[in-house]
Amino acid sequence: MWHDIRPGDWLLAGAGLALIAGLWLRQIDSLEGRVVIRLDGKVFQEASLRLNRIIEVAGPLGVSRIEIRAGRVRVAADPSPRQLCVRQGWIPPGGAAVCLPNRVSVENAAAGYDTLNY
Amino acid sequence: MTPSTIELIASPEDRRIAGLAAAAIGLTLAEAAIPLPIPGIKPGLANIVTLVVLYRYGWRSAAWVAGLRIVAGALALGQFLTPAFVLSLAGGVMSLAVLAAVIHLPPRWFGPVGLSLLAAFTHIGTQLLVVDVWLLPGASILGLLPLFLSAAWLTGIANGLATTHLLKSNPHPEESPS
Repeated sequence: MWHDIRPGDWLLAGAGLALIAGLWLRQIDSLEGRVVIRLDGKVFQEASLRLNRIIEVAGPLGVSRIEIRAGRVRVAADPSPRQLCVRQGWIPPGGAAVCLPNRVSVENAAAGYDTLNY
Repeated sequence: MTPSTIELIASPEDRRIAGLAAAAIGLTLAEAAIPLPIPGIKPGLANIVTLVVLYRYGWRSAAWVAGLRIVAGALALGQFLTPAFVLSLAGGVMSLAVLAAVIHLPPRWFGPVGLSLLAAFTHIGTQLLVVDVWLLPGASILGLLPLFLSAAWLTGIANGLATTHLLKSNPHPEESPS
């Protein structure tokens, strides 16, 4: 049975597998969770949750520091007067923190479903 | 009784296409009875018939058989002119277009398995595109691409192997297909 598969067929099957593997990997990466940081409503930076780091965003009031650590994200420091987004703490998957006075928002865009139907 | 003034003359080719299309419709109906975990994923067994006809009798016959199967299968399943029918038609038309091109590839290098795989990828790719553009615009259907392509890879190869087997075990073109 297997010798009926011709060389080009093997090639096509291999190329198909490679395409599928690539798409799966991309998918997994996007499901891992991404952080979307916006300044003034425009996307300032998109980051992966897998990389620990501190991102500094310069808003109109000063610098907001956003911390990504151990797969979580929070606003570590912000110049806004009432500190609402800082006191919110770690942002749950699918959640967001908005530092309105400084016009910075942080979204934990992990794979959370709003609805799922057919 | 007055004899009918309308006479339909069925050529042997017509009968052959009708018989093959009936086989394809039978497979479509049988397949519809198999419970499958995810909507949209099915083996596409009728495509085995399309491929066998393509190799035996050429593209024109294959297009007839596939077209009849899509329309009559949809009628039998109560899906005629529903979105499911449109998806089936779109996938079928694009697959046939691709098959029309790749049947001219050198047969030493490309056999039924490769053609089946290409047709399966085209089929599901077209359907996802139609869903994305027409049925659910804005929903990120393309996120489902890896899942559907994986299924298409498996069913494409399985159907290709089945086609190879059928072509080998029925070497006489004039043999009755059923």
